[in-house]
Amino acid sequence: MSRASLILALTALVALALLPFYAGEYFINLASQILIAAIFASSLNLLVGYGGLTSLGHAAFVGVSAYVFAWLTTHAGAGPAVAAAAALVGATIVACVFGLVALRATGLGFLMITLAFSQILWGLAYRWASVTNGDNGISGIPRFSPFGLSLDGAAAFYWFTLALCVIAFAAIAAFASSAFGAALRGTRDEPRRMAALGHDVRLIRWITFVYAGFWAGVAGLLYVNYNKFIHPSAMSITNSAEGLLAVIAGGSGTLAGPIVGATLIMLLKNYVSAYVERWNMLLGFVFVAIVLIAPDGVIPGLRRAAARIRGGRK
Amino acid sequence: MKMNRRDLVQGVAASAIGALAPAAARAEDGGPIRIGLLTVKTGPLASGGIDMERALQMFLKERGDQLAGRKIDLIVADTGGVPATARTKTQELVERNNVHCLIGPLAAFEALAIDDYIRQAQVPTLSVAAAEDMTQRHPNPWFVRATSTSAQCAHPMADYCARELKYKRMITIADDIAYGHEMCAGFQRVFEENGGKIIQKLFPPLTAPDYGAFVADLKTDADAIFLGFAGSNGFRFLRQFVEYGLKDKIQPVGGMTALDESVLRNMGDEALGIVTSCWYSAELQNPINQKFAPAFRKQFGYDPGFYAAATYVEGAVLEAALKTIGGKAEDKPAFMKALRDVKVDTARGPVSFDAYGNVVGNVYIRKVERKDGRLVNSIIKTYPDVSQFWTYDPKQFLANPVYSRTWPPAGNLEK
Repeated sequence: MSRASLILALTALVALALLPFYAGEYFINLASQILIAAIFASSLNLLVGYGGLTSLGHAAFVGVSAYVFAWLTTHAGAGPAVAAAAALVGATIVACVFGLVALRATGLGFLMITLAFSQILWGLAYRWASVTNGDNGISGIPRFSPFGLSLDGAAAFYWFTLALCVIAFAAIAAFASSAFGAALRGTRDEPRRMAALGHDVRLIRWITFVYAGFWAGVAGLLYVNYNKFIHPSAMSITNSAEGLLAVIAGGSGTLAGPIVGATLIMLLKNYVSAYVERWNMLLGFVFVAIVLIAPDGVIPGLRRAAARIRGGRK
Repeated sequence: MKMNRRDLVQGVAASAIGALAPAAARAEDGGPIRIGLLTVKTGPLASGGIDMERALQMFLKERGDQLAGRKIDLIVADTGGVPATARTKTQELVERNNVHCLIGPLAAFEALAIDDYIRQAQVPTLSVAAAEDMTQRHPNPWFVRATSTSAQCAHPMADYCARELKYKRMITIADDIAYGHEMCAGFQRVFEENGGKIIQKLFPPLTAPDYGAFVADLKTDADAIFLGFAGSNGFRFLRQFVEYGLKDKIQPVGGMTALDESVLRNMGDEALGIVTSCWYSAELQNPINQKFAPAFRKQFGYDPGFYAAATYVEGAVLEAALKTIGGKAEDKPAFMKALRDVKVDTARGPVSFDAYGNVVGNVYIRKVERKDGRLVNSIIKTYPDVSQFWTYDPKQFLANPVYSRTWPPAGNLEK
């Protein structure tokens, strides 16, 4: 990371940490939602951007983690801490199993298998009404209170989310910049050469898939704690596609890209939609604009623009 | 969209100012009463959602945007029919626009998604959504519902099918959502207790592109089929049903939204003679509806139906409550008590509430007829003052599980 972007990131972090002091409750809650979406998009970016594996089923892990937490706290009487741990384990196990099958294919095949898997879970959430309460969803879910701190207030929950978000980004950044991350990019660009060099391409992909599933599980945990309600629509194809859009719009394979993309989508969906009736159309226009101006996403586009300006000065 | 651009800009400006000065707005007592409307303007449920907005705006306009002597600000939010968005939008209305009360949401799962938030934020809510348990096993103290629960109109319909139409063997079909499950369950319970048999239960997905597979699967030896669809699905199903030549074999009857006025206008002769039940019909001959229905038809070119009547009736309930408390919407407990104590004549007839905040009101059995060249739901029978518990004792009713796909169990299905 260059010094400029480090300073930028730190400034942004300070501004974010101080947000509850200058923004109203609504904006604090909106910011929490954006952070949750950003964790989700960043975890998907590991697959899409660094692994070259486009998944259309990533919201399944959000759903699994959210449903495990919801069920354990409301039906099984488990404490939130136990339920949270179980939720993450659940999402990770599901990712292990799905990865084994889905990674038999790449490209379109991989996309279709992930889509099919997430649709199976979505259908299960609808049908298995004795556990998931079907279309009525599970409500009355308590928020967890780490170290006895109540997260029921908007600001408290926001800070907790922000803290987890920083950990998530650090962990994802460390993963991407490690030697393993380099190997992962290798499997994306030259899978056959990587195999010839003695790397186990499928194992590298599988580990990434599980790691991405785990962080999506973290996003799911925050999602269910934020909403205190879970409905099958959380793992719908729409949610998976929104994550994918965030990655692509922001710039896949960059660390900041998914964050920018997720922010863009959440703002359009939840904020601009109050003023623009046809916000779906606006979302479409924004994406067309991004594709025309910066086909590889906002962040790479900005980088190019910055380089051009700097180049012009010389 | 009848909200013109200037209204929108003004509304935006007003809400932006509201966002900048929430504390000032809260302290001010004589200012406008802010009403938040949670509706659906995008997606498969949008046609009903737009009617909700239109009728409520009409209601307010008729009163010069004033209720109980105070100016009314209406803020409309589009939930897209997605639970998580419904929650975000509710928070926006409450935290940013500081609304005094909410009208809506439309769908049951949206109401369930915002249930705990309404309790926490203590916002009086006049619900359109039919989710049974919101006024039954988990009653929300901040809730009133002047429309009906999912099954409230299905109970009398089943009674009518069994006793007057003398049907013995019936099929139920509805969208695969809680609303459809609950309506069919209520229908099945009353129908089977009156000697009928439900021989087939079908639940196509809400967004089924084509009903061919379901129509082909119907048991043609049934007497009748109960349609529990919402939105435009009843219309789409019925068209395929007729195309397959089944209308002469199985008589269709419907729940409160299957042949709603909002879809009836797109239908042809295939709809003639179909009997449905609802707490409203544009044909109702009471003084309020005799003004409302023609005015709505004149302005928008079609009859008001379930969703339009819903917000128009909720508006009347709101007005009555505000009058009782002299317009002091800031006193939330008093406001809520006034809402629950309301007894008022509305476009659907007299409305009052039970101990759980759900309406007790007339349910009408209607038959599709052609009148002045358009299809209408003519009223053929009135079940007066129907409660959500039908004729059952509330305690016993609530001791059972909530209506669902699997309860009450269907013991007479035929393979």
